[in-house]
Amino acid sequence: MPQRHVIKQISVFVNNEPGRLAKIARMLSEEGIDICAFNIAEASGFGVFRAIVREPDKAYQRLKERGVIVKETEVIAIPMQDRPGGLFEAAAVLGEEGINIEYGYAYSGKAGATFFIRVDDTDSAIKALLDRGMVLMQEGDL
Amino acid sequence: MYWNARMECMPKEELRNLQFRELKTLVYRLYSFNNFYRERMKEHGVHPDDIQTLEDIRKLPFMYKKDLRDHYPTKMFTSSKDEVVRYHVSSGTTGKPTLVGYTENDIEFWTDSLARALTSIGIGTGDVVQVSYGYGLFTGGLGLHYGAERVGATVLPASVGNTERQLELMMDLDVTAIACTPSYMIHMGEVAKRLGIDFRRDTKLRKAILGAEPWSEGMRQHIEENLGIEAYDIYGTSELSGPMFTECEERNGIHVWGDVGIVEIIDPETEEPVPDGEVGELVITVLKKEAMPMIRYRISDLTYALEETCTCGRSSTRIGRISGRTDDMLIIRGINVFPSQVEHTLMNIPEVGEQFMIILDRKGALDTMTVQAELSPEHFSDKMADMMAIKKKIDSDMRKYLNISVNVELMDPGSLPRFEGKAKRVIDKRVF
Repeated sequence: MPQRHVIKQISVFVNNEPGRLAKIARMLSEEGIDICAFNIAEASGFGVFRAIVREPDKAYQRLKERGVIVKETEVIAIPMQDRPGGLFEAAAVLGEEGINIEYGYAYSGKAGATFFIRVDDTDSAIKALLDRGMVLMQEGDL
Repeated sequence: MYWNARMECMPKEELRNLQFRELKTLVYRLYSFNNFYRERMKEHGVHPDDIQTLEDIRKLPFMYKKDLRDHYPTKMFTSSKDEVVRYHVSSGTTGKPTLVGYTENDIEFWTDSLARALTSIGIGTGDVVQVSYGYGLFTGGLGLHYGAERVGATVLPASVGNTERQLELMMDLDVTAIACTPSYMIHMGEVAKRLGIDFRRDTKLRKAILGAEPWSEGMRQHIEENLGIEAYDIYGTSELSGPMFTECEERNGIHVWGDVGIVEIIDPETEEPVPDGEVGELVITVLKKEAMPMIRYRISDLTYALEETCTCGRSSTRIGRISGRTDDMLIIRGINVFPSQVEHTLMNIPEVGEQFMIILDRKGALDTMTVQAELSPEHFSDKMADMMAIKKKIDSDMRKYLNISVNVELMDPGSLPRFEGKAKRVIDKRVF
């Protein structure tokens, strides 16, 4: 089932204020939330901090309670250690299906490298990738 | 040298008598021909017959910018449309512009006022005047153009922009005086420096007539030292016809010709007159104006009056440099912006909350305006394209409604200051 392969990601709005990112990182550590992977997208005046954390629902709730603009979104995790060209294959499959990759970022963990991608239609993407016999990670794998 | 020595140097008492006669005529004319002002006078319980001395001007009701907007476009005109020979339009504050109409005589009074002013700063035949105010709906360009031609100067109608070409023409045509905004003057200086042009060595420029935006003595000093010229303050607004009055060579206040206008300085709260030399709100009555007479018009500019005759010999009341505004209008790159406009624009953008701050700064010679607004949590997106679209929307709405480009900063909800009572949403870091 596709749902099992959905990875929850939290995204946090980071405004221009100096030290804002450090503040958010400190909040997460105070709440005892482990960050597995993260990525920062920035534009003039603000940034978006995206992270894969151990307990995304708790992280989302806690940050929200502390007045931070936070959003939970779904990403797909593609293990990279499988074989060379894995990412290309995944991208090609999604392209064929007309699914758009919004952004992606990689991290290297105990189990090797993983690529997280955010697409415009997560369920269809997971289905297409699994149908083509590709391996996707599940929340517990991280 | 005087342009009209009799008027400019008229003994105080004689001038006051003249003002009284002109005022009385004006009030009778308005009462008879201007529905708006007749109603205003009736509401106020005053009749033209009540004006028995010059001081009785205080019995008359005020006029406000709002009146002009409420009666847009021509409902306040006292001349027929056929008599109106020109319109000028100033940018509106709530999207509604202010229209000013001129009869042939109005253009004449305006031109004559500037001819006296230009003569008082030593500009006349033999001078080449580069008019680098905008030509068009704005009054600056055409006003100075007519005035400079009247005193016999050669006019270079450069308008604004294309600074390198302006500098080239300034050198090629031996320009001796320029009229522009103080910030444009500074900008020209910076461009000249970059091009290796030395104003002292390479140009004949010796005088600058600067205005249309607030500026300070510090800025005057900066301009004079950097460019080796004398800088003069000019004052006016479209409601008074346009730029009308300047300092004389003594540079101790702006001469408001007594036969043209009556100056009052009042306490904006009590509306009582303040003593000579004390800062208050400027109230002007334009004695010579046909299409759109202005009686006790509250411009909202803060200044002080000097009644004593100037050392140059001119007897008219002088007003000091405008030190601020009674309302909160901002002038950014010569464009009028009200915080209420910013508020209004943001209110229609669901992606941000209603709290905002305006930060004004100056980069080089240009004013910058930053608007901080709080992002609504439900509109936050992890996709940059969505976020950029929000910024772009705010930016383009600001451009559309305020006619000015702003930097937009998205903030966390609750991070901007909250105010109890009167909000202070503007931080002006500009150093004039």
